[in-house]
Amino acid sequence: MSDSTRLPAPAGSLIDRSATRTFTFEGRQYTGYAGDTIASALLANGVNVLSRSFKYHRPRGPLVFNGQDTNCFLQVGSTPNVRADRAPLTEGLNATPQNVFGSLRFDFGSAVGLLAPFLPVGFYYKAFYKPRGAWRFWEPVIRRMAGLGKLDHDARPAYRDKAYRFADTVVIGAGPAGLAAALEASSHGASVMLVEAGPRLGGSLNYARFMVERDRVVTARDELVAAVEADPNIEVLTDAACTGWFDDNWLAVMLEERLLKVRAKSVVIASGSIEQPMVFRNNDLPGVMLGSAAQRLMREYAIQPGRRAVVATANSDGYGVALDLLDHGVEVAAVVDLRAVPPDCELSRAVAERGVRIITGHTPYEALPAGGKRGIRGVVIDALGHGSGLVAGQPQTIDCDLLCTSIGYTPAGQLVCHSGGALAYDEKLAMLTIEQLPGDTAAAAGSVNTVFNLYAVFEDGRHAGWSAARAAGLAVGAEPGREHESDAGTQNHPWPIFPHPKGKDFIDFDEDLQVKDILHAIEDGYDDLDLVKRYSTVVMGPSQGRYSALNTLRVATRATGRELHGARVTTQRPPFEPETINNLAGRAFQPVKYTPMHQRHVDAGAELISAGAWLRPAYYGDRDQVAAAIEREARAIREGVGLIDVSTLGKIEIRGPDAAEFLNRVYTFAYVKQPIGKTRYLLMTEASGAITDDGVACRLAEDHFYVTATTGGVDAVYRNMMRLNAEWCLQIDITNVTGAWAAVNLAGPESRKVLEKLTDDIDCSSEGFPYLFYREGHVAGVPARLARVGFVGELGYEIHVPAGYGEHLWDAILAAGADHGIRPVGVEAQRLLRLEKGHLIVGQDTDGLTTPHEAGMAWAVAGKKPFFVGKRAVEVLARGPLTRQLAGFELPAGSPVPQECNIVVRGEEITGRVTSAAASPTLNKVIGLAYVAPDQSEPGTTIQIKLSDGRLLPAKIVTAPFYDPDSERQAL
Amino acid sequence: MKIMPCPLNGPRNIAEFVCGGEVKAMPHPSQAGDAEWADYLFLEDNTLGFVTEWWLHVASGYWFIAERHTASNEIIRTYPASELFSQRVEFQENNE
Repeated sequence: MSDSTRLPAPAGSLIDRSATRTFTFEGRQYTGYAGDTIASALLANGVNVLSRSFKYHRPRGPLVFNGQDTNCFLQVGSTPNVRADRAPLTEGLNATPQNVFGSLRFDFGSAVGLLAPFLPVGFYYKAFYKPRGAWRFWEPVIRRMAGLGKLDHDARPAYRDKAYRFADTVVIGAGPAGLAAALEASSHGASVMLVEAGPRLGGSLNYARFMVERDRVVTARDELVAAVEADPNIEVLTDAACTGWFDDNWLAVMLEERLLKVRAKSVVIASGSIEQPMVFRNNDLPGVMLGSAAQRLMREYAIQPGRRAVVATANSDGYGVALDLLDHGVEVAAVVDLRAVPPDCELSRAVAERGVRIITGHTPYEALPAGGKRGIRGVVIDALGHGSGLVAGQPQTIDCDLLCTSIGYTPAGQLVCHSGGALAYDEKLAMLTIEQLPGDTAAAAGSVNTVFNLYAVFEDGRHAGWSAARAAGLAVGAEPGREHESDAGTQNHPWPIFPHPKGKDFIDFDEDLQVKDILHAIEDGYDDLDLVKRYSTVVMGPSQGRYSALNTLRVATRATGRELHGARVTTQRPPFEPETINNLAGRAFQPVKYTPMHQRHVDAGAELISAGAWLRPAYYGDRDQVAAAIEREARAIREGVGLIDVSTLGKIEIRGPDAAEFLNRVYTFAYVKQPIGKTRYLLMTEASGAITDDGVACRLAEDHFYVTATTGGVDAVYRNMMRLNAEWCLQIDITNVTGAWAAVNLAGPESRKVLEKLTDDIDCSSEGFPYLFYREGHVAGVPARLARVGFVGELGYEIHVPAGYGEHLWDAILAAGADHGIRPVGVEAQRLLRLEKGHLIVGQDTDGLTTPHEAGMAWAVAGKKPFFVGKRAVEVLARGPLTRQLAGFELPAGSPVPQECNIVVRGEEITGRVTSAAASPTLNKVIGLAYVAPDQSEPGTTIQIKLSDGRLLPAKIVTAPFYDPDSERQAL
Repeated sequence: MKIMPCPLNGPRNIAEFVCGGEVKAMPHPSQAGDAEWADYLFLEDNTLGFVTEWWLHVASGYWFIAERHTASNEIIRTYPASELFSQRVEFQENNE
């Protein structure tokens, strides 16, 4: 690459001319410098068309050159939508244009532009939805035409951890105001985080003119940056975009490969302002750009944006642009000032002294395209007419290849709207202003605060820093004074919008929307700004209204006859900058709880399944012989002995003089008279009378209960208990000890013999430790709590030991039971066994509405108690007729096993559904539980179950339990 | 993320808390009419303004009271439930 295309130093402050970078674009090789962005390197190589527009496929070049609009979107490798005017150039990088058919120079899609008259606003809605079903045909076509980039479907997933950070004060933006604010806040002892979206500190000090003697700006920048970098209280983050400002100063800060979640005591928003484009015909052509874009190209990348320029302006900054162009060797054909009588200023005098023609009271009206619309060959200017946006009809053409516009700004204040602030239009200043900040810990400084004079900006920054330190609770001295006036009100032209009869006067460059599109949306009846936005898609593109919201607000507000003063832009929502989804997703975090015996299950070849947050063994054995494994385990318990890990059971200690009274109030059954050393069933209903949990209460002492809850329900049960007693003030202590105890169910006719081998201090005889009793003692030498339970319908013991002894207990029992053929038993067999006994599982056989009466659990409701949670509702519901009933059904062996939620039908009517079903090897038939109509619940009734494949299966209602109906075996 | 000033644990992220709904008095469980009871169970006032709510700090299992504005989401005061509930709540004599 020949360096003659670059301006001599000191232009090019960001590039390192000693380090070249080779890269590829559209298959051709180019060379740039370290420090270049992809776009600046392309421009330096004479590639001035970087993309094609979204709808009409018009050539687009650098317009704002600030990493915020679609003009510089490229595909880089497998990453789509890379902002080429922000992304650094790296060696070997391979970039391709997006949204192009053919090549950038010859895009066949640009033929769409010829159809523009037939593509009115809202045309998707109008054209492609009729006839019915048409959208299905058109959608892929349109998506292909309007696509932005390509996703790489082979991309490898990667996780990026988030970081949680804290600061007294976060300063957003490191321009003149932000730097001053950071230094001031730090001087009062605040820990400061300075967040800058760009690659370096200084903001507009890096590229804008501000004054004739620009050396003074450079000196000020260097001093401020050096002071900030030397300050140990200030943490500087560059290439860091604050994308969201949430409640209580919770900020999202996006780094290249990491999301920071930052909590600040106070926030200074010094995010600056965004230069606004003018609206006139062909204002989107390459060669038309904002003054600040030209300044960036020259000063930061040493790129001459054109050879002969026209500057259109309505403020002093435009004259600064003209001076900069002259200083960098660009001929300035004219400065076109929209103001009839521009106020005298240092910069305009200097421009006049350089012999530049200044034409006042005129505006650009049309840019004249050069060949293929890949640049401009001149600009048509016209005198302003009477009335906003009108020209006098005295066009004159000035030849040029560059048109820079500087007609005003909009504050980059979107972030303040995220957490309660507001932006509104101020007609006197002709700009949006921060009408309200998000709370008294927020401060704004600099041009986002409509302060533009550089010395006033420094003062505003210091003031905001002082106020932020104070809001962070630090001792600050007297309020800093102000000496310089803000020059608010001299930046913005009130109506830089000049629609052209032939159109192509773009108001939104991302979405290719012209002035008439906004007006048509209003004519179509969408007369509210938010509706105009949704219908026309204005401000919805990647730049999110940064360059279109202000002019849209002006046009739409006036067209609907509303007051412009005080008008607000459409709702601003996070993120303010694009976010990498990878960074948001972070690391997959799904915590899992293991029981103390987990490793034993793994070693025994268990297939594990989730039970709430826990992992439990489903069965032990090969995955391809599941049924055999379950049958083997079920038979062990029915015929010999089996061991189930039930450590996941919820366990709660209730202690205190009111313990029994408390259980009486939160469970349906009665506990005051429950004897010490006995267990009693627990059934919990919520206030609406629906069953929410069940378990077993063991009474250890007059004032001490040990209660179990379901694996998935215990957290809610515990919360609920704590909440209720906060109100009742009973004398009790409630402790969730779920994780503190390991528990097993040792069950089967041989279980007593196994237990007897392991204990010296518990009488295991059927008289010494009968069914439903509770005992304490030692099992395998460790302290244990034991209960005789009957969930699986055999002689059985639930044995609880402190969690640390869990593995020891498991090993000891399996060793002691070896002679009896003991087997570890998983959840699947346990569920089968309990189904044979007709025991319901809360949450499987009940739903959010099941009442005790429907579930056949009325026996567990103590009606004489004055109160329990749900009592009133259970009574009200019991007075009315039942609408459904949980009932047992059976099918002959070999029948298909219905699935849970298969419906029960009677003719056209759905009368219920299956909740549990299984083939029982013990009973040699298929059994299940189902909700049925009350008149279907009599044993002997035949119901019709509709299987998943649509077949109807007749099933017979029977009395549960299916197995051992008199429950003799568990009481042995 | 919002900060909840917990009376027990100090200021903590709102994600550590769950709301338990408005504090409201239960009608007499046996003497109230069905309509009154149904109103208590199922109908909320949906107040626009400050409401008094139950909040739980999940990690510590601590329930407390917060006064919060339903539109601005401003929390003006939090305090232990004992400020509202300090008397043992009795139902009828219960010996079952």
